[in-house]
Amino acid sequence: MANDVTITITDREGISHEVQAPTDMNMNIMELVRAYELAPEGTIGICGGMAMCASCQCYVLNDFPLPEKSDDEQAMLWEAFNVKENSRLGCQIHITEDLDGLEIELAPEA
Amino acid sequence: MIETDILIIGAGPTGLFAVFEAGLLKLKCHIIDALPQPGGQLAELYPKKPIYDIPGYPEVLAGDLVTNLMEQIKQFQPGFTLGETAETIEKLEDGSFIVTTNEGTKHLAKAIAIAGGLGTFEPRKPILKDIEFYEKEDRGVDYFVKDPEKYRGKNIVISGGGDSALDWSIFLSDVAASVTLVHRRNEFRGALDSVEKVQELKSAGKIKLITPGEVIGFKGSERIESVDIEVNGARMNVVTDYFIPLFGLTPKLGPIANWGLEIEKNAIKVNNALDYQTNIEGIYAIGDVNIYPGKLKLILCGFHEATLMCQSVYQRLNPGKKYVLKYTTVSGVDGFDGTRKEAEKAVVKSIE
Repeated sequence: MANDVTITITDREGISHEVQAPTDMNMNIMELVRAYELAPEGTIGICGGMAMCASCQCYVLNDFPLPEKSDDEQAMLWEAFNVKENSRLGCQIHITEDLDGLEIELAPEA
Repeated sequence: MIETDILIIGAGPTGLFAVFEAGLLKLKCHIIDALPQPGGQLAELYPKKPIYDIPGYPEVLAGDLVTNLMEQIKQFQPGFTLGETAETIEKLEDGSFIVTTNEGTKHLAKAIAIAGGLGTFEPRKPILKDIEFYEKEDRGVDYFVKDPEKYRGKNIVISGGGDSALDWSIFLSDVAASVTLVHRRNEFRGALDSVEKVQELKSAGKIKLITPGEVIGFKGSERIESVDIEVNGARMNVVTDYFIPLFGLTPKLGPIANWGLEIEKNAIKVNNALDYQTNIEGIYAIGDVNIYPGKLKLILCGFHEATLMCQSVYQRLNPGKKYVLKYTTVSGVDGFDGTRKEAEKAVVKSIE
């Protein structure tokens, strides 16, 4: 579909997946990971996407103009484990056409 | 021994509503939950967040939904074993079950309904050397404050930046000999009035605040004697009797994973064509904890599953007895507490 973008997601086993992500469904990266079952059920998106659990933490591997972190996302990352400079919460990154070519890696389960 | 008709494991919305549906069928319920209060995720993770897909509520705060569910089931007088985890299960010859918690509390039930949501909420533990040693046998690491009196006159170090860390720092500042709150950042994400209260208590010398700081290790052979804290690249040592890390909770399926239930994708497989029973007769799984073709993890689906589960338990406990589905609008609700709720009868008046 014209609206799809390509996003590369490295799962927690280190396996890279190139997936097609729709931009017309108001989806976020966490939901994309769940849709493609790239992490075991119950291990990602535990809080449902409210920036309250950090189970969907991911590392952004390439340079993209992602939206700024909200206060909620920033605060959650302050409390999460395995946080790096390039950490984001997948649930807070909405899939738009600007994200075509985005590469991320799922942070370890904590 | 606590005796009940249905033992519900999990006090989230599905488990609570199951009490109501069971009550309509005159079945008594008792609920076990690992958390110290009912409500499950709604109470623990997002009590102030609005939910928009509960029928009849255009918008309801998660915490308010729990409050309403508790009010709705009060008439059926459920029992609660809170702050304990269902650990082991034993099936008796008559088909009933004995469930024992991690604290040794025993429950005898004719049927089990697992409504454990994503599983048992376990504390997210900081990655620290030897922490497993200190978290056992009251050696100084606690992840929950079950009884504040335990900390009276003691030195406490609390770690975290959310509501729990703030609230317990405030509460224990009146109980403990000293409270030190350590957080990785200067900013806290708790309620504004809690942050301000901590600021006041810090100014009054009742809370010692270490930010940005992080507990990085322990000292003490038999139990904790002090913690090492990294502050701006430097290391300091704080004498303490207890270290309470409050970094939120993470769900695990927990001990029920060892009960011989058929598990798929970290959830319990059930017979959704009939009654949400598991592979073990008499044990049901309802709500987010179960899985079947087409499963949707929504609260309202959990309510539906709870209703069918109760009907099945009723039939199982009353074999051969014909049950006619009743509507509460017609039949009213008879609570176990002696209350009776029913619609006012229409006025009979002759027309001349």
